Amino acid sequence: MSIDAITLGVIQAGLQQVCDEMDLSFSRAAFSPVIAEANDRSDGIYSAADGALIAQGAGGLPVFVGTMQYSTRTLIRMIEKGEVPAPRPGDIYIVNDPYLGGTHLMDVRFARPFYREGKIFCWLSNTGHWPDTGGSVPGGFSASATAVEQEGLRLPPVRLFKEGELDREIYSIICSNIRVADQRIGDVKAQAAALLVGEERLNALIDRYGDATVSAAIDDLRTRAATQMRAYIRDIPDGIYESVAIVDSDGVVNEPLEIRLAITSQGDELTFDFAGSSPPCRGPMNSVLATTHSSIYLAMRHIFPEVPISAGAFEPLNIIRPADTFLDAQYPRPVSGCAAEVSQRIAEAVFAALAEPLPERVTAAPAGTSGNFALGGNDPERDRDYVMYQISGGGYGGNYLHDGLSNGCSTIGISKAPPVEIMEQAFPVLFHQYALHEGSGGAGRMRGGFGLEYEVEVRRGQAQASFVMDHGRVGPQGALGGKEGGKNKVTVWRDGIAHIPDHFSKEQNIALNAGDRVHVRTPGGGGYGEPFERDPNLVLEDVRLGRYSVEEARELFGVVIVGPPLAADLTQTNKLRGPIVNEPSV
Amino acid sequence: MVCRGSGKIVGVDVGGTFTDLILLDPLSGEVRLSKVPSTTENQAFGALSALEQVAEDLAEIDLIVHGTTTTTNAVLERKLSKTGLITTRGFRDVLELGRRTRPSPYGMTGKFEPIVSREFRLEVDERIDAEGRVVTPLNENEVADAARELLEAECESVVIHFLHAYANPAHELHAARVVQEVWPNEYITTGHSLLSESREFERGVTAAVNASVQPLLEVYIRQLVEELHANGYSGEVLVMNGNGGMVSSHYVAREAAKTVMSGPASGVKAAAYTGSRAGFRNLLTYDMGGTSSDVALILDAEPAVSNEIEIEYAMPIHVPMVDVRTVGAGGGSIAKINPGGLLEVGPESAGANPGPICYGNGGTKPTISDANLLLGRLNPEKFASLQSSSSIEMVEELFERELGAPLGINAVGAAEAVVRIANTKMAGAIRMVSISLGADPRDFALFAFGGAGPLHATALARELAVPKVLIPARPGITNALGCVVADLRHDFVNTVNKPLDAIDIDDVHAVFERQIREGENLINGEKIAIKEINRFYSVDMQFVGQTHLLRVDLDFPTPSTHELRAAFEDAYFKRFKVDLQEIRVNLVNINTSVVGRRSELDLSTLIDPKGKKLSLSEAETGYRRVFFNSEWHRTPVYWRDHLPSNLQLKGPAIIEQMDSTTVLEPGDYAECDDDGNMIITIGTSL
Repeated sequence: MSIDAITLGVIQAGLQQVCDEMDLSFSRAAFSPVIAEANDRSDGIYSAADGALIAQGAGGLPVFVGTMQYSTRTLIRMIEKGEVPAPRPGDIYIVNDPYLGGTHLMDVRFARPFYREGKIFCWLSNTGHWPDTGGSVPGGFSASATAVEQEGLRLPPVRLFKEGELDREIYSIICSNIRVADQRIGDVKAQAAALLVGEERLNALIDRYGDATVSAAIDDLRTRAATQMRAYIRDIPDGIYESVAIVDSDGVVNEPLEIRLAITSQGDELTFDFAGSSPPCRGPMNSVLATTHSSIYLAMRHIFPEVPISAGAFEPLNIIRPADTFLDAQYPRPVSGCAAEVSQRIAEAVFAALAEPLPERVTAAPAGTSGNFALGGNDPERDRDYVMYQISGGGYGGNYLHDGLSNGCSTIGISKAPPVEIMEQAFPVLFHQYALHEGSGGAGRMRGGFGLEYEVEVRRGQAQASFVMDHGRVGPQGALGGKEGGKNKVTVWRDGIAHIPDHFSKEQNIALNAGDRVHVRTPGGGGYGEPFERDPNLVLEDVRLGRYSVEEARELFGVVIVGPPLAADLTQTNKLRGPIVNEPSV
Repeated sequence: MVCRGSGKIVGVDVGGTFTDLILLDPLSGEVRLSKVPSTTENQAFGALSALEQVAEDLAEIDLIVHGTTTTTNAVLERKLSKTGLITTRGFRDVLELGRRTRPSPYGMTGKFEPIVSREFRLEVDERIDAEGRVVTPLNENEVADAARELLEAECESVVIHFLHAYANPAHELHAARVVQEVWPNEYITTGHSLLSESREFERGVTAAVNASVQPLLEVYIRQLVEELHANGYSGEVLVMNGNGGMVSSHYVAREAAKTVMSGPASGVKAAAYTGSRAGFRNLLTYDMGGTSSDVALILDAEPAVSNEIEIEYAMPIHVPMVDVRTVGAGGGSIAKINPGGLLEVGPESAGANPGPICYGNGGTKPTISDANLLLGRLNPEKFASLQSSSSIEMVEELFERELGAPLGINAVGAAEAVVRIANTKMAGAIRMVSISLGADPRDFALFAFGGAGPLHATALARELAVPKVLIPARPGITNALGCVVADLRHDFVNTVNKPLDAIDIDDVHAVFERQIREGENLINGEKIAIKEINRFYSVDMQFVGQTHLLRVDLDFPTPSTHELRAAFEDAYFKRFKVDLQEIRVNLVNINTSVVGRRSELDLSTLIDPKGKKLSLSEAETGYRRVFFNSEWHRTPVYWRDHLPSNLQLKGPAIIEQMDSTTVLEPGDYAECDDDGNMIITIGTSL
């Protein structure tokens, strides 16, 4: 059955609409702030045959762009093999096993078969980040777990809803194994209701255009997404593009982990090879295969945002399985850091490799860490225990046209930071500073954006601080001659004595007393292009606004600033910068 | 309260391109309209020249209500007064750091320019904690030094923004007194004064926007009033606010931030008024412009108001405003074929310059407007007379080449595809707005205005399964009409944020009572005749542990705890199909709107009754070929002002008027009401 291009366009918009409505419904009804505020969730439609991604909500968390089709595919295979009971209408499977097409344990997937005339037409599925799934630390981000069992409760695919009814027995097992269980019922119902919204809307769409037409359109759209991606890839000259990205450590063994990536461009396909990357690690920085794939997809979508989110768009991307590296974690390797940190380093490797052939599209490396600082303790004034998360942003990389954005959210996220006032209402802390991380923008013709600098004091009681961050060993890399952005820096002040984590950006359970402080500076973005080609007036402006010192202007950009009143001394600047190799672009 | 002679009222709205004016004489029923190009340097010129066209003697006018984009443009273009910030030590970058976001989910780029430049953001020692207790006392000397520094730097206005000032404003008030001594200054905004809620970025930006537009608005309004008086006008000048109400020109600059986005708000206000008179109290409004379209919701004749509007990326202005959402498709949206061979419309727009091909300003990219022209929906003669450098042949050729050839269809087929894809996307966006506000679009009528709204209205309604469409008598001057029919309006929000079962319900009643009293005092203080005062009560609630709020309207300000819980659970179930009896409920905000209604205006003369013909055939101006549902239809064209008052018109038809074109698709059926609204029943098939 052939469908005209206009009907295709209309059905494509319709499928997208179904997913966007699921996203909206899920976020608005959810309890967990991670879902409701940070939109750490995603909803989509997947094929009945193999779980291939048909459409996914535009506002879904980027890191889920590729994982959910793996999760759905695995579920379908397990059903076929009889390892999981066969579905009936109204069933919803729950699964959070990382090794079955997931990320980390906190990302809980629901999948619901969608029937037409008694047969499964496709699957509706969503992922939501639960605030806790048990394990050794509240929230699940243990920096020093050495096995997945320490990270929380692991669920194989089981039917949490059977023919529309919540299975209270399974639910009570879950609740007995997680913290703050009393509010989870709200999230479970919100997550299930979003799939119902999807079912209702998808039925309306198919009723209007017909089962055969929609079915054929789905196939055709997949082909066209592939064609579109291939067209963009053809613009990348044939060749091999290599990069390296460094993870500070795995949190247990204090040695850097290396991602070595070689992207081969040939015709209209790209092949991603991670050969030579570090072996599986002891700590929680292992990435499961689905997350490794998803990280490549989300990086490609950052580069080509106009390509629809569809399995077709991934077809021209061949990924060689990175067996025996930390990017292909096997049970029982711990994986809590894969979705938030390693995924961003994989994306950085993709950006770094493709900056040369795609200079107008690719930016220098962004901060690339979720900057997770967890503080757990007891507030004697309110007589209660608490767990606080401070998730931070950082600078984005400079790009062809502009300087990088300051304090943007992570590469894999889309969330808003909570205000200082809300944090202080909820927890016994006092912030002393919340400011631009001065000097952190990587030098370049277009400089990187600036990171964040904050200092927070524990006001009452005892507490323990844990950090899962990255880019403390090396900063986010520059592109095309640009320099790296400022590093992530953590200093813990106990009784007035500074403590710097051995692993730079990772440490667990540092004991704090009232009056102790935590000082964090997050990474700036990498610079783009030669710093000495930057317009001296722009450097002067940055110095005037206190973003760089006079010394930094001189050392990083070769611009001599005199005054007050501040001015750029062009004669001295030209002398310092030496002969001009390339004409500065205007 | 002043009762003056003639009772003539003028509404004048300055938009991006045109300044529209409507003069209503309630005694004679006379209506005069004018439309002149907006004067961006000083909007007063345009307003005055529009006035000159309708009134020989300004002394005869009783009241002028003015909608201005002065503040909106100043913020969006960052053409602001030089403003300083005095803030808590350690926090001067809050206005620049924002909430750690990026403009779109994909693409690691973005730009953001803060309202106050970093060099004018100064810190002083002071600190108050979340409970409102002083942690560090205010250092007066540092405040005085900071004020001197900003004065020397030639700042015009200043924001004093301290952490947790919503919990205890003492330091902000103290600092304001110190600044006033050093630097006597009318433009001091304290953070807590416009918005007494936590969230330092949103409160700070709201205050900074206020301070940085105050001098501009004050100067502009003063000049305008002086000019009006010099020309013989002696009445009141009222200025529209973003909440759809209006406020006296004497006070408007004090809370200047409230005038931002007042233009779109007055359009929605006019829609509510017009719709209510026509018997439609629940409306979705659709105003299609050149680069984007505005969508809003009207429930029981009141525009939905929100105090969490972000007017562009990372620019929240958290004062109550009519909740107008912008969708990224307008007449200038560009159509192209993507590398996958699919037709895409937008998000790029040809904007005003060069604009669509048919404008003849050098545009060469196919747009929605061009498609409407090719399909016969827009009048080709109208464009032919505009410019000679473009022609319908040229549009056809470009459609053929850019779109038709790759799709294997002709230019007209491509144009139909462009309109169809655009309508699908716009309808989807309207649906998202509607459901995100908790409403099913099928329960509403579509009110279409603006120059291009009526062109797409019937198709959008069909797509959304909306049964009725309303096209007002004068779609192109809806914003100006909004000025004329606006009420006096004051909105109050008090934050409680406690579980319902821990609240003394008497305290809730007391808050409502205080809000009502304050609002009534303000309204009675204005020198404007009002007919009655209406009060609207609502609460924002959530289940304990949630972050999103659900607004629950109340019929009276003395609910019991049990009634509040029941009302919330009902609303929640209706919205999300989820019941959660096991979880406690939080009462977050108590809201009252106090509205002073002016006497009802008769809109039946918006279209001059004397101009109406007795029969349909007399209103007909001719026929043209219009492309519907993949074939040409010989379609009658009518002149709106000539349509008979007992209209019974079956589609297909095109109805043209000075400022707009309405499309009636085959199967649609149109009637007119007494106010000259066209009420279209959407046919079941096309």
